[in-house]
Amino acid sequence: MSSAVTVSELRKSYGEVEAVRGVSFEIATGEIFGLLGPNGAGKTTTVEILEGYRRRDAGSVTVLGQDPATAGLAWRQSIGVVLQSSAMYKTLSVAESLALFAGYFEQSREVDEVVRLIGLEEKRDAHVRTLSGGQRRRLDLGLALVGDPELLFLDEPTTGFDPQARRRAWESISSLRSLGKTILLTTHYLDEAERLCDRVAVLRDGRIAAIGRPGELTGALPPTEIRYRENGKEVVLRTEEPTRTLHELTARSLAEGRELESLEVRRPSLEEVYLSLTEEQNE
Amino acid sequence: MKLFRHELRFELALYQRSRELAFFTFLLPMILFLLLGFAYGDDELMGVKGSDYLLTGTLGYGVVATAFAGLTIVIVVRREEGILKRIRSTPLPAPTYLAAVLTTTLIAFLVQAVFIVALGMIAFGTSFPDNLFSLVIALVLGAVTFAALGIGLTGFIQRAEGASAVVNAIYFPMLFLSGAFFERDTFPEFLRAVAAFLPLTYFIDLVFSVMNEGAQLWDRPGDVLALLIWGGLGTVYALRRFRWTPHEG
Repeated sequence: MSSAVTVSELRKSYGEVEAVRGVSFEIATGEIFGLLGPNGAGKTTTVEILEGYRRRDAGSVTVLGQDPATAGLAWRQSIGVVLQSSAMYKTLSVAESLALFAGYFEQSREVDEVVRLIGLEEKRDAHVRTLSGGQRRRLDLGLALVGDPELLFLDEPTTGFDPQARRRAWESISSLRSLGKTILLTTHYLDEAERLCDRVAVLRDGRIAAIGRPGELTGALPPTEIRYRENGKEVVLRTEEPTRTLHELTARSLAEGRELESLEVRRPSLEEVYLSLTEEQNE
Repeated sequence: MKLFRHELRFELALYQRSRELAFFTFLLPMILFLLLGFAYGDDELMGVKGSDYLLTGTLGYGVVATAFAGLTIVIVVRREEGILKRIRSTPLPAPTYLAAVLTTTLIAFLVQAVFIVALGMIAFGTSFPDNLFSLVIALVLGAVTFAALGIGLTGFIQRAEGASAVVNAIYFPMLFLSGAFFERDTFPEFLRAVAAFLPLTYFIDLVFSVMNEGAQLWDRPGDVLALLIWGGLGTVYALRRFRWTPHEG
């Protein structure tokens, strides 16, 4: 499989502030790749360089075989962009908005097909000004999709959603996988990355703190946690060898003839991996 | 060309659906024309009937309201809401987009001018303009000049909320100083000196002369040149200061 996106030693500063300090990663064609990190970690700067909105200071970037800094309008035929915040004409309906953007591309998807894909059938002829925040965000996704792009950039596609709206947006994004789209998605929601992404990179302070499959990241660190209560106090053990530790623990309490209250064994969630990776910056 | 027509169709729909634009830039000049016309349409101003004088002034009001104020506010709002940035992510060429926006403005103003002239004929018995060719070219020249100045101005406005304040602060004083509704000759010397700098002064003089003195465009090279200079200045700033992305922070 060829790479849709290649980023190598990317750097960008705003005045004195180094927003991106040597970031490298690759995204394979057809892959859903997540850029994860707290606000200010450099996610949006990285994505906007890949979208051609910002100039890089150093490093090399290839997106669909071209350098975004010099790529022309033909290159834009193959990419779709959902920006972090951008409005749409409020007096156009959902279908009109999609038809307007469809007209910008040589090849586009049917408006009604996109309306179905983003689940806005009931709002098809409603003006944008009457849509809820979640519905507008799904229209954003539709506007990025209507040109039938090979590669989609989604910058925090569900920030500010209620849980139900997020689940619906996830369904829309998941359905893109079956269309064979390559997707670069930024988020600061762990469950979102875990649910949608084939691979994630955790950005911290403009650098990649970890990269891999969500499962691999949780497998790496921190260790498995064993919790129980003893004399009313909570005891937490962290271990690299959960089988041995648990065996020793249970053997001892059996021998002593007492119960391990509230015993719990837990592999770390991506959330904990993320927190342990991103909190170091504050120390 | 296909892309231009596609964009133009939607821009015209957007213009027609905008109630703010319809009222402040399209209807308000006509309402003021009626009010002032009933107040002193029968007096004599600048050697012509008051309503004839006001007709020229209303066309001046229309051109700054539609081509300058309306356009500037629309562009700043679209920019700050991120609509322009979103458009830049598509293959739509920037010149095509701007051409469609400008053409929409021009069409809106020409339709408005037809309404104003018709309103004058119906309400005050003003005559149908003689030198129609010169008049249309003068109106187009004015619209393009003020549109260029408006687009140039967008680069100096940082926020959507500030757009109408800045625009109004410029165009209302200009409207009065240029003599759209009052005889400039009655102004004190220093105000007339200020008026001599303003592009609207030259637009009003040109249109007044074409409509009331039988002049053709080529009889007024000074007015035409002044408008071209202002239009050129606006274009320079438009090219240097225009931004597609919202102001940050």
